[in-house]
Amino acid sequence: MKKITLNPLQRTQAPCSVEVTVENHKVIEARCSGVFFRGFELLMQGRDPRDASYLTMRICGICSAAHGTAASLALEDAAGVRPPYNGIIMRNLVHGADILQNHLRNFYLYTLLDYVRGPQLSPFVPGYTQDYRLGEKDNEHMLQHYYQALDTSRLCHELVALLGGKAPFPHCLLAGGCTVPPTADILMEFASKLKKINDFLDQAMLPDVYRLAEVYADYYRIGCRTPNFLEFGMFPETRNKGNHYFPAGVMIEGREEKLNPGEISEHLKYARYNGGPEPLHPGAGRSEPRPEKEGAYSWVKAPRYRDKPLEGGPLSRLWLKGEYRRGVSTMDRLVARALEAKTTGQLMERWVQELQPGQPVFTDFKVPREAEGAGLTSTMRGPLGHWIRIEKGRLAHYQIITPTAWNFSPRDNSGRSGPVEEALTGIEIANEAEPVEIGRVIRAFDVCSSCNAHVITAGAPARNLVILP
Amino acid sequence: MDTRDLAGLAAKKPRPPMILLGTNACGGNTISLLNSHDPGYRSMIEDLMDCRYNYLTMTAEGQMSSKVLKKTREEYAGEYILVVDGTVPTKSGGLYAVVGERNGRPHTALQAVQELGAKAGHVVAMGTCASFGGPFAAAPNPSGSRPVQAVLNRKVINVPGCPVNPGWIMGTLAHLAWYGEPELDELNRPKMFYSETIHNQCQRRHYFDNSIFARSPGEPWCMYLIGCKGPVTYADCPYRQWCGEHVSWPVKANTNCIGCASPEFPDGCAPFFEHLPDVQLPGIKASANRIGMLAGAITALGIGAHLAGSIITGRLPANLGKGFSLSTREKLISKLQQLLPKNK
Repeated sequence: MKKITLNPLQRTQAPCSVEVTVENHKVIEARCSGVFFRGFELLMQGRDPRDASYLTMRICGICSAAHGTAASLALEDAAGVRPPYNGIIMRNLVHGADILQNHLRNFYLYTLLDYVRGPQLSPFVPGYTQDYRLGEKDNEHMLQHYYQALDTSRLCHELVALLGGKAPFPHCLLAGGCTVPPTADILMEFASKLKKINDFLDQAMLPDVYRLAEVYADYYRIGCRTPNFLEFGMFPETRNKGNHYFPAGVMIEGREEKLNPGEISEHLKYARYNGGPEPLHPGAGRSEPRPEKEGAYSWVKAPRYRDKPLEGGPLSRLWLKGEYRRGVSTMDRLVARALEAKTTGQLMERWVQELQPGQPVFTDFKVPREAEGAGLTSTMRGPLGHWIRIEKGRLAHYQIITPTAWNFSPRDNSGRSGPVEEALTGIEIANEAEPVEIGRVIRAFDVCSSCNAHVITAGAPARNLVILP
Repeated sequence: MDTRDLAGLAAKKPRPPMILLGTNACGGNTISLLNSHDPGYRSMIEDLMDCRYNYLTMTAEGQMSSKVLKKTREEYAGEYILVVDGTVPTKSGGLYAVVGERNGRPHTALQAVQELGAKAGHVVAMGTCASFGGPFAAAPNPSGSRPVQAVLNRKVINVPGCPVNPGWIMGTLAHLAWYGEPELDELNRPKMFYSETIHNQCQRRHYFDNSIFARSPGEPWCMYLIGCKGPVTYADCPYRQWCGEHVSWPVKANTNCIGCASPEFPDGCAPFFEHLPDVQLPGIKASANRIGMLAGAITALGIGAHLAGSIITGRLPANLGKGFSLSTREKLISKLQQLLPKNK
C-alpha cells in the first residue's frame, strides 16, 4: 500500500489537495480536501442585503456571475420582487457568457494539458512525460486551439463587461434585474462577439473533445459513478416562472424525482467544524471552525440529499434534461461540458433576439425589514444555493452551499465518500511517479476550491456560519 | 503598442523569471490577467516574462510544482518577480491557507510568501486582497488575513483592484521587466494608474456638478446618491475601462463604483448603495440662514452638503424626477414639502 498526495493540485481554480491510497496500482481509497478557509458567511453578517451580490461574487473569480445571480435571486425572494422581462434575459446573457468563459477555460487551460504536450516553455514545463497519446500533428493542432481559447475565453468576459461594466465581478447583477438597457449598438457588439465564440465552440472545442474521446476512450470507463445527480435549474424562462432552460431535478441511482430542497442536509463528521452527530438542513444547522478536529480532513462540509452524495455539473444537467445519457465517467463529463457550452451559446443568440429595446431592465424595490429568502440556481459546476435571513433591514444570516461542496465533499457521517472520492476509488495508476490519472478525473469535475472555501452553516445566526476554503 | 512592438522591445530585453503564487485567493486577479488583450497571456509568457510558476495554468502539479518554487528561489535569487494573488492568513500559524506540503507537513502561504519574498527582485501584490486585505480580510476577518506588505519586511508594489484591471497588472509587469520599479505613491501604488480619483475622471461628472442624480441602479445619471465611491477611489477606470478591449466600466453600466481599488475596500466602502457623507462639494449658493434651516433636516436624512446646496439653489426640485435613492427620496420630498412649501 502506498499513499500518493497531490498538494497542491494545480490547474483548478484555487489550491486543493487530494490523497489516494494505492494497492497493486489501484486506488482503494481517496480523500479530497479544501486547503483554505475564509469564513465568507461570517463576514456577511450585519451588512446591507443589497451588498450581498457584489460581496459574494468575491468568493470566486471564475464563477462570479453565478454568485451574483444566486444572491440576487435570494434577495428577490425575500423582497417579493421579480425583474422585468428584459432584466431576466440580460441576467441570463451575463450568466451564460460567464459559463462559456468557464467551460472554455476548464477544458483548454486546466484540462487539456493532462492529455496534450505543451511547448518547451514555462509554465508548460516541467510536466509529466508519459501517456501523451496524440500524434504530433493532432497535438500541435490542439495546442493551437489552446492559444485560441485564451482569446475566446477573454472574449466571453468582454461580453460580461459589455453588459456588466467589468469582469469578473460584473456590476449589473442585482436584485431587481440588470442595469444596461438593450440598445442596438450594444446588442450588435454582443452578438458579433458571441458569434466568434460560437464558431470556436463548433469548430474547435467540440471536435477536440471528440478527438480526445477517441484516443482516450478508456476514460469512458474511468471515474465512473452511478447516475446520482442534483440541479436547481439554470437560466430562468421569462414567461413561465419557475421553469428553466436547464431544468431542476434529482436523479438517485438512476431514478428521477422532483427537487425538494428540504431534503438537503450537511454532514460534519469529517469536516473541520464543531457539530452534533445528526446532519442538519442548511436552514437549521450550525457550525464553528475547529482546525484541529480529530478525524476531520477537509474544510468542505459534506452536503447530502436524503443522505446521498449527488453530483452536479454539465453532465448532470444534460442527463436531467434528457439530452445526454451515454454514461457517467471522466470522458462523459468532458463531452457534456462541450455540448452544454454549444447549447448555451445557441440559447444566447436566441435571447439577444428576444430582448425588447426601450423596455425596462430593472425593477426598483424596498429592502424588507424582516424576511427570509433562498436563491437557488444551477451554474458552471452544479447546484448553487444562497439562503438569507434579514432582520431589521440587515443580513442576520447568510449561508451558501456551492457546487464544489457537493462534488468535492469529504465523507458523510455514515462514512460514504463524496462524488469525486467515489470517482477516484478503483481507478488504476499506471505509474505512481506520474499519477496523471488522478488529475484527469478531478479536473473533469471542474473542481473549484475557491468555491469550496466559503460556505457553510445554514440557518444559524451568521456568526456561527463558516465558510469553506 | 501592439504585440509586434512588444515582441521587438522584448527581444532586446531578457524575460525576468516570475512566480505567480495563489494564497487565500478567489483566483479573480489571475483570471483578470488572462483577460489582457495586448499582450495576451501567450505573448506575456513568450515575450515578456519567464512565467515559471502560475498556480492556475502550470502543467506541473503536486511536489513537481512545489520544486519549481524552490528552484527559482535558489537559482534566481534577487532576480525573480514574485506576484501574489490573495491575502495571507495568519491565524493558527497560517494553516488557513496551504500552498503545498514540505517534509510531510503543510507548507503555509505565510511561509511561502516570506521565503519567496525575501529573495525576490521585486514583490508585486496583485489585486486588493494582496495589496490591502480586501474582502477576505473584511470584518470579522475569520482567517486573520493580512496583506502581503504586513508579513514582509521589504517593499511591496501594490497593484489593487477587485479584480485588478488587466492593464494595471500587465503595465506594472512590463515596467518592471523593461525599466525597473515604476514611480510609486505613498501606498506603493504605481502612480501611472492610481494618481487621480475616479470622480475627477468620470464622464458623468457634469451630472454631479448639476445635481442630476440617478435614484436607482440602471439610470444614466450621476451615481453619487446611490453610493458611488468614485470621489474617494483612486484608479483610472473611466479612461481605461474593462476588460482587455476596454468596453465598459461600472458607471457606464449604470451602477455605482464600490471603491474596489481602495485600501478600505470593502468595509470602508459599505454599504455599497449608501452615499458618502463627507465628500468635498462644489460651492453652495444660498443664504446662510436657509442653509442652517435645511442643514438639520438634511443631516437627519443622511444627505450631504452638496445636495443641500442643490435644494437651496432650487435645482433639486426640478431634478427630483431624475433624483435619488430609494426610500430616502420619499422622506426627502416630504421634508421638503414641510420646509419649502413654495419652492418649485
